[in-house]
Amino acid sequence: MDVRTALFYLFSLVLLFAAFRVITARNPVYAALFLVLTFFQAAGIWLLLKAEFLAISLVLVYVGAVMVLFLFVVMMLDIDVDALKVGFWKHFPLAATIGALIALEMAAVLMGGFRPAEEPRALPAVAAAAQAGVQFSNTRELGKLLYSDYVFPLEIAAAILVVAIVAAIALTLRQRKDSKHIDPSLQVRVKARDRLQIVKLPPVRPAQPEAPAAAAETKV
Amino acid sequence: MTLTLGHFLTLGAILFALSVVGIFLNRRNLIVLLMAIELMLLAVNTNFVAFSYYLGDMHGQVFVFFILTVAAAESAIGLAILVLLFRNKRNINVEELNALRG
Repeated sequence: MDVRTALFYLFSLVLLFAAFRVITARNPVYAALFLVLTFFQAAGIWLLLKAEFLAISLVLVYVGAVMVLFLFVVMMLDIDVDALKVGFWKHFPLAATIGALIALEMAAVLMGGFRPAEEPRALPAVAAAAQAGVQFSNTRELGKLLYSDYVFPLEIAAAILVVAIVAAIALTLRQRKDSKHIDPSLQVRVKARDRLQIVKLPPVRPAQPEAPAAAAETKV
Repeated sequence: MTLTLGHFLTLGAILFALSVVGIFLNRRNLIVLLMAIELMLLAVNTNFVAFSYYLGDMHGQVFVFFILTVAAAESAIGLAILVLLFRNKRNINVEELNALRG
């Protein structure tokens, strides 16, 4: 058993243990922390598969951003853990049976379907890099592919992220009751006649001998 | 004993089965349901990366990239909905979310 195989089994065992703890942890905070451990182990396995860029971005994006978001939400909400755990183990036999069935069937098909002697096929770019005497860069290859063949899907992915930002902010934004905030759309749509009233007054009043001049001025 | 594609795919299958069990067990807790969905996506991504390595094709990794993007957007919106839900109903029990039931 070489080092790579040993590392694979180590990462897999910790990964499966952490995943099991994610779904059975009492406290959602522990579940989130075990999910962080799961992602770290998965990043290790992806490194074994020579997907360096994705392994690093899994740690940066998932552990750094998404899991921190999860932890924030878990800690902000005041969850009654005991009420959520009522009847937790009631469906466990059924669930375990179905899960074991899925895993065993898939394993039976997959382990028999691939010969042990099957070597991984090298990327064409790896051979080219070895011939040119430069180091192969996974990130460079991924970037070339992403910005040439997949440039439109990349734009769509960017649009999805923008929509997600806008949706998340719009959903959770809460207006303060006492703020003096004015709706800009109302401001834009306002007409001059709503705000300004023009009163027609004769420029010259007819002379009224009995009324004093001062009273006429205050009327205007 | 060398590693084959089957090893990695079996790992993905076991992880997927574990997250299915997690969805069964945590029927009430919406947060852990979201985490189980993240685990499922991780299993699928592991399959993609394994195929990409063993078949010598970079396109699988591009798809993992897009799945990561969509999963991040999905969890952000899901957590926003969760916060909104907790603000209105004071709990996150899935079985009490029947306001849309006819």
